[in-house]
Amino acid sequence: MALYSEKVMDHFRNPRNVGVLEDANGVGTVGNAKCGDIMKMYLKIEDDIVKDVKFETFGCGSAIASSSMATELIKGKPVEEARKLTNKAVAEALDGLPDYKMHCSVLAQEAIEAALKDYEEKQ
Amino acid sequence: MIYADNAATTKMSEAAIKTMVSLIEDTYGNPSSLYTFGQKAKEVLEQARADVAAAIGAEDAREILFTSGGSEADNQAIISAAKAGEAKGKKHIISTKFEHHAVLHTLNKLEKEGFEITLLDVHEDGLVRPEELEKAIREDTALVTVMYANNEIGTIQPIREIGAICRAHGVIFHTDAVQAVGHIKVNVIDDNIDMLSASGHKFHGPKGTGFLYAKKGIRLLNLIEGGAQERGRRAGTENVPGIAAMATALKESVDNLENYSNTLTPVRDKIIAGLNEIPHSAINGDLSRRVPSNINFCFEGIEGESLLLLLDDKGIAASSGSACTSGSLDPSHVLLAIGRVHDVAHGSLRLSIGEDITDEDADYIITSVKEVVTYLRGFSPVWRDLEAGKVQHIL
Repeated sequence: MALYSEKVMDHFRNPRNVGVLEDANGVGTVGNAKCGDIMKMYLKIEDDIVKDVKFETFGCGSAIASSSMATELIKGKPVEEARKLTNKAVAEALDGLPDYKMHCSVLAQEAIEAALKDYEEKQ
Repeated sequence: MIYADNAATTKMSEAAIKTMVSLIEDTYGNPSSLYTFGQKAKEVLEQARADVAAAIGAEDAREILFTSGGSEADNQAIISAAKAGEAKGKKHIISTKFEHHAVLHTLNKLEKEGFEITLLDVHEDGLVRPEELEKAIREDTALVTVMYANNEIGTIQPIREIGAICRAHGVIFHTDAVQAVGHIKVNVIDDNIDMLSASGHKFHGPKGTGFLYAKKGIRLLNLIEGGAQERGRRAGTENVPGIAAMATALKESVDNLENYSNTLTPVRDKIIAGLNEIPHSAINGDLSRRVPSNINFCFEGIEGESLLLLLDDKGIAASSGSACTSGSLDPSHVLLAIGRVHDVAHGSLRLSIGEDITDEDADYIITSVKEVVTYLRGFSPVWRDLEAGKVQHIL
């Protein structure tokens, strides 16, 4: 049995929305290099809609896949919906993560929360 | 596939497979049975013991105890020496910070039982300093256990000097030689070794086989109670086909040591030179006192598991000391022991090449690692901060 689901491997090999968003108005970074995972989420919010989103991740395969999936789940969605994104939803959308990798989906949720908080503080 | 994880396990040699299959088919008798068919298996077993003894320079085949592998041999050696010491009021053990977990976890267990453990520093080059060992020896030191070659960074310890010091102080010396036996010259007499652990599948033998060398006069305690196999030191019907196949593989490897080193060393050094071209990377462990198969690097700004997965996609099987590959939050204790900080230790890559490697494979490995490291750094926030000067480069 493979370590990860096909979905995880697909998002790991072909991450969606990867890179820097130059005109982001909400940026959040979570994790630390000491533990081996850092996620940085860039949001561009207009009219309470997540118009664009990009991410950068230092981490394992499931951390990269979780970031990628999280961006897909909130892109084009109202801010209120993005705020409700849970790590469970990220993991489910990836057809599951190994137990000891669930913290990667938690990090993705937290990265979005941090970026939304940054956006609100700037308003 | 380019298999570059020979420190994890090796492919069985054709001769070892042949030995094993023929014994499974034709010599399945129990070596403890008295009839001819059983005694035939006993002969095979004792021939294997003599061959293993000869391969490591042991004087007497009775000094070889067959085990299920390196971990069992480590456990039995350490516990035996510890208990023998305890009986004489000696409850101090010296080892190193970067031993295999089969040694470290056994020492942890003994520490909980009241033993005092001193773990020697292995410095930035991954080498024990014999003078530091000598200083650490006390009146109540029961055992010194230092690995022959490190499993992650491949550094070869000054075993002969360490053994001489232990002998001068009357302390039992054990070495976990799992990564050394069959890869470099090991001679228990010349190297002043009292006890040595080895594992069959690390030198093209089968998994589930290994042995413990214990010099005459050293009393071993049983880990497994039962029948009188292995002169009463390990119960259970012997894995005759596996043991004989291990002996075949060991003999083959030891006879081929010079050729092995001459083939692998230039390829190893070529890959090291190639990977050194990657900016902000560093080789782990001393360059010259190193087994011919080992290459171990740290790359700043990336994490090891994603590196391994992408190399796997390119058909390269390797390993890493990152936390994600160990299933814990901490990266490799070996890399931490040689002074690599967490951030950098997460981005490590171990390649352990085998004799089937070609020059083209080496080129392909270098190109592939360069590509993958560059790609992962492209969207690493850590790398961005390093390049922007927000964080200082370490490597």
